[in-house]
Amino acid sequence: MSEIDLTPLKPAIESYIPLGRSGLLPALHAAQKIYGWLPQVVAGEVAKLLHVPLADVHGVIEFYSLYYNEQVGKTFIRVCTDPACALKGADRLLDHLCNHYDVKPGQTTEDLSLTIERSPCLGLCEQAPAVWTMDDGQWTVGDGEKEDDRPRSSVYGQIRELTSNCGEGTTTLAKYGEYSAYKKAMTLKPEDVIAEIKASGLVGRGGAAFPTGVKWEGAAEADGTQKYVVCNADESEPGTFKDRILLLDDPHRTIEGMCVAAYAIGASKGYIYIRGEYPYIVPVLENAIIEARDAGYLGEKFDIEIRVGAGAYICGEETALFESIEGKRGFPRVKPPFPTTNGLFDKPTIINNVETLCNVPLIISKGSTEYRRIGTEKSPGSKLFCVSGDVVKPGLYEVEFGVTLRDLIIMASGVASKKSLKAVLFGGAAGAFATSEHLDVKLTFEDLRSAGLPLGSGVVMVFDETRDIRDVLKRLGKFFAHESCGKCYPCQMGTQRQMEILNRVAVGDALPDDYVRLEDVGWTMTDASLCGLGQTAASAVLSAMKLWPELFKDEGGGMKDEKKKVSKVSEAAKKPVVKKEVSKVSKVSKAMKKVSKVKPKAVKKVTKAAAKIKKKTTTKTTKKK
Amino acid sequence: MTISFLMDGKEVIVEENKTLLEVARENGIDIPTICFHEVTTANALCRICVVEVEGQRVLQPACIVKAAAGMKVQTRSEKVIRARKTILEMLSSTMDLSEAPEIQTMMREYGADTSRFPDAERRESDVIDDNPMYIRDYSKCLLCWRCVQVCAEDAQYTFAINFDGRGFETQIGTFFDKTIPETSCVLCGQCVAVCPTGALKPKREYLLEQGMSPQEISVLNTGRKKRKA
Repeated sequence: MSEIDLTPLKPAIESYIPLGRSGLLPALHAAQKIYGWLPQVVAGEVAKLLHVPLADVHGVIEFYSLYYNEQVGKTFIRVCTDPACALKGADRLLDHLCNHYDVKPGQTTEDLSLTIERSPCLGLCEQAPAVWTMDDGQWTVGDGEKEDDRPRSSVYGQIRELTSNCGEGTTTLAKYGEYSAYKKAMTLKPEDVIAEIKASGLVGRGGAAFPTGVKWEGAAEADGTQKYVVCNADESEPGTFKDRILLLDDPHRTIEGMCVAAYAIGASKGYIYIRGEYPYIVPVLENAIIEARDAGYLGEKFDIEIRVGAGAYICGEETALFESIEGKRGFPRVKPPFPTTNGLFDKPTIINNVETLCNVPLIISKGSTEYRRIGTEKSPGSKLFCVSGDVVKPGLYEVEFGVTLRDLIIMASGVASKKSLKAVLFGGAAGAFATSEHLDVKLTFEDLRSAGLPLGSGVVMVFDETRDIRDVLKRLGKFFAHESCGKCYPCQMGTQRQMEILNRVAVGDALPDDYVRLEDVGWTMTDASLCGLGQTAASAVLSAMKLWPELFKDEGGGMKDEKKKVSKVSEAAKKPVVKKEVSKVSKVSKAMKKVSKVKPKAVKKVTKAAAKIKKKTTTKTTKKK
Repeated sequence: MTISFLMDGKEVIVEENKTLLEVARENGIDIPTICFHEVTTANALCRICVVEVEGQRVLQPACIVKAAAGMKVQTRSEKVIRARKTILEMLSSTMDLSEAPEIQTMMREYGADTSRFPDAERRESDVIDDNPMYIRDYSKCLLCWRCVQVCAEDAQYTFAINFDGRGFETQIGTFFDKTIPETSCVLCGQCVAVCPTGALKPKREYLLEQGMSPQEISVLNTGRKKRKA
């Protein structure tokens, strides 16, 4: 430890010191950039300079998967193995890399030259398999075909409203033109701007589909002089990549949307919270913000700060995102109170998804009547769909609300390799499966709702007839277990138990009661979890169980009998009578005996500890400067 | 001002601004709780106190949701029972609840099957005996957060402990796993007092359980005096 030179640290984090605790994530990012990881002395110094308790700093480092408190390789390769990438051979790619470099996933080579890690969705699903490489601080993403260190943007569809500036590199302010919608908005009263947004029928595009105008109105009417506008760019839903393209290719549209929002609710400060897996977007946004300041759109009245996440899907949940900006672990808060009255720093806040904000300049420029000319009565405007998986032409598709799933798949030139369709995962990991029976469902909020499908974040992940849905479910299970924050019991333990059962199902090793067990875990998470993550962590699984119950049956069948048994149990539970304690006790001790035999965790810990020791010794001998 | 609403089909008239849990307790209706404690901020994280409120998409935690006029609350609906029972079964598959009699009673009451999840990964760790005042046995920890809360803003403002890991892998921990004497801990004992499962335990109680006699313990002189000397 004593070899670590702390002199470059203070200058690097100087600007975050006045922010106090809220400066913690940016400070840790800056520190990790210098040292490659976060050694104890560095974390301690950050704590001291920012006046944050040591234990809390450690808690934050432990929460975010892109912070490392042990030394990692100079080169870092992250391979996405979530469903869309798995379809394109991500596992083989990972195996190949690991074999080639003689290292296991999650491990660092002895000479500290390389770490290879399995990664949750990198938001590059249309160019799967996705790999994110960090080579001595230099990021590379995509499929290895390097293009100015940024991924390609494949933009297609029926219309180009939201995506009019996408597909040909970053749109500068000169090319974007003046913020005419913002200028127009400022000639109106703030309440008239809100009325226009309400009249447009715009609802949130992040997944929850809450009416945007109503949200704005709530914050505008809330007491308080300090209000915030937050752009949620923590796009992490597996299968989603629309915000990546919108921000990378057309950053000013989002910024202009935020300016209009700020004017409407009387906010003086805005934040764009972007996921840590999109490092290449940060300089693009920084530059766009400078351009907007120079042009006088941002400045004293309203300005924007960028915040970069550090690997936590949960931070896409609005209150967890606030906690993260405030420098804490991304634990979602209980609601109410809602963000419109008690949001960021407990102040009235509106938080909107990137795509939602991109609709705002269109609505204000055209007027709500003109905006509603496309789409349907209940789902006006256009929608972005992230099409990935087994289609000929994966990419971002902008379509009018009201086209059918069939239309969309035809636009993507159909199912790849002339195979037929098995299923479509709708709305992401937190979504639901559709089959060929749903091909003629119109892609609108109302039609999808009645078909029992969520629009979610616009994910349309296509699986051909040869694909094994159980493998997809196994990956979704792993994803949620990895991303649960651990706050509420149903999700903290439910995502783990769900993953364990899905792992058994995937290898055809389901236990006799697994169907009912999976259902109980799924519904408990859905009904009783604290936030949207837990409430949707079983959504795709439960939909698959309905569509393909045979996949979850054990070899011997007998599912129906199990169901009967469980309903009996819950009948008994309804009557709060303590009975037959003796037999129950013997059951307990039986269970204990069983459990004491199984000690996977302990074994894991030992290997972990062994790995740590090994690393520590190598660190000493190879000492990196 | 008073309000009136329905709880389990019966009309209750209560003062405004009370939680559903308070109202239930005043009316002799049993709603179980695990993480809830009078002295700590309610975080509604164990979800064992969830109830069904008509018109709400998901179950509501009774410990923080306020009673409102016209509300229709079911404290033991089918959904509620399934959630409570499954949470209890997952708890018993995860940690050692042998010293949590209240939760054991709850499990019997809800007919929770303690072996519901075979081959389930458990959270196990060795007992940490690193200070003269208390031991930490995180195999028994059910992450109610009370210790972290009383160590921080809910009482002591000491900030000695926080969280390690995330999700199922979460554990209470110190800065880079330092021993308690190396942290800001002032050995106030409040965390031990609020622990519901024996994960935190006075050192002497632990030693007695380990088979040491009171006499042997008394000559150990493990008190603070010795530490200073």
